[in-house]
Amino acid sequence: MSLPEPLAADIRHAVASHAPGVGAGSDGNADPRGAVLEALRLVQHAEGWVSDYRVADIAALLGMTTAEIDNLATFYSHIFRRRVGKRLIMLCDGASCYLNGADALRDAVQARLGIGFGETTPDGEFTLLNVCCVGGCDRAPAAVTGRDRRLCGPLAPGDLDALLADAE
Amino acid sequence: MTGLPLTRHARPDRRPHSLAEWRALGGYDAVAAARAMAPAAVVDMVAAAALNGRGGAGFPAATKWRFMPAPGTTPGDGPSYLIVNGDEMEPGAFKDRLFLEALPHQLIEGAIIAAHAMHVTEAIVLVRDAYRTGIAAMETAIAEAEAAGLLGGLHMRVHGSAGRYIVGEETALIEALEGKRAVPRKRPPFPAQSGLWGRPTTVNNVETIANAPVILAGGADAFRALSRTGEGGTKLFGISGRVHRPQLIEAPMGTTARELIDRCGGVSGSGVLRAFQPGGGASGFLGPEHLDVPLDFGHVAAAGSMFGTGTMIVLDDSACPIGVVARHMRFYARESCGWCTPCREGLPWAARILDALEAGTARATDLDVLRMTAAEGSPRGRSFCDLMGGAMQSLGSALARFGDLFDDHLAHGCTIGARH
Repeated sequence: MSLPEPLAADIRHAVASHAPGVGAGSDGNADPRGAVLEALRLVQHAEGWVSDYRVADIAALLGMTTAEIDNLATFYSHIFRRRVGKRLIMLCDGASCYLNGADALRDAVQARLGIGFGETTPDGEFTLLNVCCVGGCDRAPAAVTGRDRRLCGPLAPGDLDALLADAE
Repeated sequence: MTGLPLTRHARPDRRPHSLAEWRALGGYDAVAAARAMAPAAVVDMVAAAALNGRGGAGFPAATKWRFMPAPGTTPGDGPSYLIVNGDEMEPGAFKDRLFLEALPHQLIEGAIIAAHAMHVTEAIVLVRDAYRTGIAAMETAIAEAEAAGLLGGLHMRVHGSAGRYIVGEETALIEALEGKRAVPRKRPPFPAQSGLWGRPTTVNNVETIANAPVILAGGADAFRALSRTGEGGTKLFGISGRVHRPQLIEAPMGTTARELIDRCGGVSGSGVLRAFQPGGGASGFLGPEHLDVPLDFGHVAAAGSMFGTGTMIVLDDSACPIGVVARHMRFYARESCGWCTPCREGLPWAARILDALEAGTARATDLDVLRMTAAEGSPRGRSFCDLMGGAMQSLGSALARFGDLFDDHLAHGCTIGARH
């Protein structure tokens, strides 16, 4: 299936607004590469992840090669090249969270969902990821959940129900 | 939060101010003051205020601003750029999040002042992907300021990053904005000569920029007087780990770890301090004997560590420091861009050994390898950027400070863990 037109339009708009020198002092050397992360994010927002087909679509739209797009999509950790579950749970594995019980929280979440990091439950509901320090060290152990990356914490293993419910 | 000027308007729930609310608090008066001054006079004022960059390196902000070429002196036409770096991802660092979420108009004011001082016409606020609330708050505030005509000729926008700690390195950040893999660039040329799209560019940390309106509103002398040392201003300290109430505290530059830990309700866990990292995961461990060191860039460096982002991780003596270093090393190994060999190969190697020490499967020679890696990887210039050196500073200081524990782990694995 080719890129739906509204999505293509959004990407073209991102190219236009993210080009260098927009406005005063413009040198006119607009380079669509500046919007490539935005394009990946727009696709992911619409479809949940970035498939091989969408890598090719973005490449065609921005005048880049699929290798260039894939090189970026696999480098940045918040771009998903595999299908993820409907709900995302990202547990921080930084030192401040470790010092406040992140290992026990990780074990509890993994036992509850029956999956490890980087995996999705067989029903396609939850994907569990470990992430860098999420800037919630004062709420350690912390997690970010859901598409809008809500910060949760401090989390005890007993808070699992609330954590899972919040991951929409 | 306190009544000190940097964060005094931040609401406890971090709800950002509307433009009308911000103006009622005196917002944008500092912008008017800056615009009434010649750009060079603004830079001189920031220099007199002794503002050091708050992103980790502590480089004098005004000196960085002076690197930017005067208009008409660069070949070709085109814009110059101010990039406000909000890619905060260092373990233990959670300070910039407050400015992005709760004080967006203060950041916009700072960006306008800095742009005026450097003749910059384009400002980009780069925010890490996980800070969606901050991205939304900045976008709303920029739209308000633009609609009210407050940006003048400055074009300002938010760019969301997509993960990877290395994006916070200033030249890697520029690569990311150009739609490339975030690999640091070789310097020279420095960004002020050739930065984003080959144009003059300055990258400043969020907290650095948030200080500009404070300086313009109160003057350089008042700003310097906020500090207890020669480095001007207050600092937004972030204290986490084993303290009773982890939190952000704005306090004078030069405040001691003892005071900050006390204000967090003291050391939790056993209640006995084993060590602290004064400036995030990449800073060397300091011990109880350093509790009264004035925390600023110069004094912490003299004590053998790094002030970095001023975000402190506290360890009591019931927590395993090797467990902390193991998590740091996994983090840095995972977040390395992989461009240069010491970082790409050395960090995972060190991380694997630390994991083996925790599991009790390490060999005696592994400690020699760790010591060698820390010694060879620490000096500047051995790798392309400072990611490797920072990681090795935490490892090297741990080896020096916790030698007995490393030996104990070699014999028994980790028997301490992170229990409370």
